[in-house]
Amino acid sequence: MANSVRNDQPKAPAAESEGIPSPDGPANLIDTDYVIGQDNIATSKFGVPVDLHSVVFSVSSLVILVFVIITLALQEQVAPLFTGTFSYLTGNLSWVFLFGGNVFVLVSLGIVLSPLGKVRIGGANATPNYGYAGWFAMLFAAGMGIGLMFFGVAEPLSHFSAAFEGSAGAPLGGAAGDQQAAASLAMAATIFHWGLHPWGAYAIVGLSLAIFAFNKGLPLTMRSIFYPILGERIWGWPGHVIDVLAVFATLFGLATSLGLGATQASTGLNYLFDVPNTNVTMVVLILGITAVALLSVVAGVDKGVQRLSQVNMALAFLLLSFVIAAGPTLAIATGFFTNLGSYLTHLPALANPFGREDAGFVHGWTAFYWAWWISWSPFVGMFIARVSRGRSVREFLIAVLLVPTLVSVLWMTAFGGTAIDQVISDGFQGVQNADLDLKLFAMLGQLPLSSITSFVGIVLVIVFFVTSSDSGSLVIDSITAGGKVDAPKPQRIFWAILEGAIAIALLLGGGLSALQAASVSTGLPFTLVLLVGCYSLIKGLMSEPRSVSKAKGA
Amino acid sequence: MFNKIMVPVDLAHLKVIEPSLQAAADMARYYQAEVCYVGVTAVTPGSVARTPEEYAQKLEAFAQERGKIHGQPVSSKTIQRVDPAADLVDTLVEAIDTIGADLVVMPTHAPHHLDIVIPANGSQVAHRTGASIFLVRPPQ
Repeated sequence: MANSVRNDQPKAPAAESEGIPSPDGPANLIDTDYVIGQDNIATSKFGVPVDLHSVVFSVSSLVILVFVIITLALQEQVAPLFTGTFSYLTGNLSWVFLFGGNVFVLVSLGIVLSPLGKVRIGGANATPNYGYAGWFAMLFAAGMGIGLMFFGVAEPLSHFSAAFEGSAGAPLGGAAGDQQAAASLAMAATIFHWGLHPWGAYAIVGLSLAIFAFNKGLPLTMRSIFYPILGERIWGWPGHVIDVLAVFATLFGLATSLGLGATQASTGLNYLFDVPNTNVTMVVLILGITAVALLSVVAGVDKGVQRLSQVNMALAFLLLSFVIAAGPTLAIATGFFTNLGSYLTHLPALANPFGREDAGFVHGWTAFYWAWWISWSPFVGMFIARVSRGRSVREFLIAVLLVPTLVSVLWMTAFGGTAIDQVISDGFQGVQNADLDLKLFAMLGQLPLSSITSFVGIVLVIVFFVTSSDSGSLVIDSITAGGKVDAPKPQRIFWAILEGAIAIALLLGGGLSALQAASVSTGLPFTLVLLVGCYSLIKGLMSEPRSVSKAKGA
Repeated sequence: MFNKIMVPVDLAHLKVIEPSLQAAADMARYYQAEVCYVGVTAVTPGSVARTPEEYAQKLEAFAQERGKIHGQPVSSKTIQRVDPAADLVDTLVEAIDTIGADLVVMPTHAPHHLDIVIPANGSQVAHRTGASIFLVRPPQ
């Protein structure tokens, strides 16, 4: 390795004068002459102060502009191209996604168990910036968010129906005619998609970025992960390309989800209050979400994103507790353990990348999810890296990998389990027959106080979006500012507005789902980026001193 | 009249803040006051320093160097923030109290239309502290 990491201890502060924080202990900075921001353009020529990475900002803005124009103008020509690319990827290269996903989980679990877990992010004596409640709320709100609302009822039920009928899209060939076996398989498959694997991808990106930024002193952008492989070349074009890809995946991932989320919220409002389900309603929703996200990005991470994430967690917890209490409580309680058990039993078969006989399930569900999680990983990973300084690697991985998996098991058991129970015990077919984005409301409709809970459901959909949108804008801003997090505020305002504008343009002009296919397609290059990340992460962690003292969680 | 002057410093833009540094030095001499240089830095690597500790070291060196120019006692205080751009005002208002400063000399930009949306940091600090504030404009 030409550019190896040097053992270069940072010097201790010269004097312990008033107010200087004690040194955060031994870490292992990478020796580079690159000065963060050296390729930036800082000016206030146009009346607005800016500080941007010249190449990453201009190229990514151009790519975004061209893509939006092409998608809008040549919709009929490009839509099949995007969706074709995507179905080719999930159809023929699904093994790459599945294989990569398994590697991420195994590497993460391996690090938890190995002595590398003792390394502390930010140096051996660093202390956490956030308490457990605020930290975990931000991790979860950025990482899962909206999908839990959308798929919490829809996915278990779809798998259940497919497995019961033994149709082509059933997980592991299904369990035709056996309701109990079909239910267990459906829960296992859903939890598989929302459990260790998505969080494994986030954990790899988040942890690598955190280690290379806080312990190695490289800027907080995707390219830094490549230092052990590319060395100083990451400051040139190879690095620019990686960063532009990250901006692209993040912005379009957010914009398309914003559009799709507005569709679900609007459908819900229509179901509940007879609000006309039109473009106007959706545009108003996007404007509203963007406005709140704007306030949040201006207020910053502590006062904006953190507080909203906590509100979000509290609301989600309320709804979850309600479903557990009002639904089949005992079945959910025992279901938590049996579902966890059937998840672990079916996990090896579900995660197997080769020689699968349930191709419909793998291509239609698993590969799609993996591409989707991986294309979101730069955004989620970078955000969770930023708020995780001072945590030990083991603590980080437990909080990012294991705790969310358990929360997902509980959530899916409560929402999906209740819906399946309604079918099996009550013979209620309403949820099964409802449209995909109405399934949640149809399930809640069978429980008491449904108008209140459905309303909370809609509010949650919206708040989940705001918390993704604001943290996403902060991430894009820091990538396009060359890793600077203290660039002038108008930049983050620009990105938050752009996100909303793209979502509206695509919603009105069409092409939302085509572009979603395009942004999910970035999952393939990022799978390779993440595989490299695994190597870099282990190499980076090996050269770090293990933490001796255990800093207290604030 | 003033015993302790707090001077917020942005080590990345020394040229812009030079007038406020001069004003602070002159007032420190005149009132025989102590000067505390305060820097707010991101926990993530930045253009000035790659770790908060390195930032603290640079700020302390800067304070000592400035002390040689005006001859008054100096100190420095580095504060780490996850999102310094958003939390600057809060952080400075807090620092005024912890330091016990009775005068703050800080740089500010010339008034412009953007102030309606994003008010200048200096004016926001002035709104929220009992200490006297001297806002110094950049050179014309």
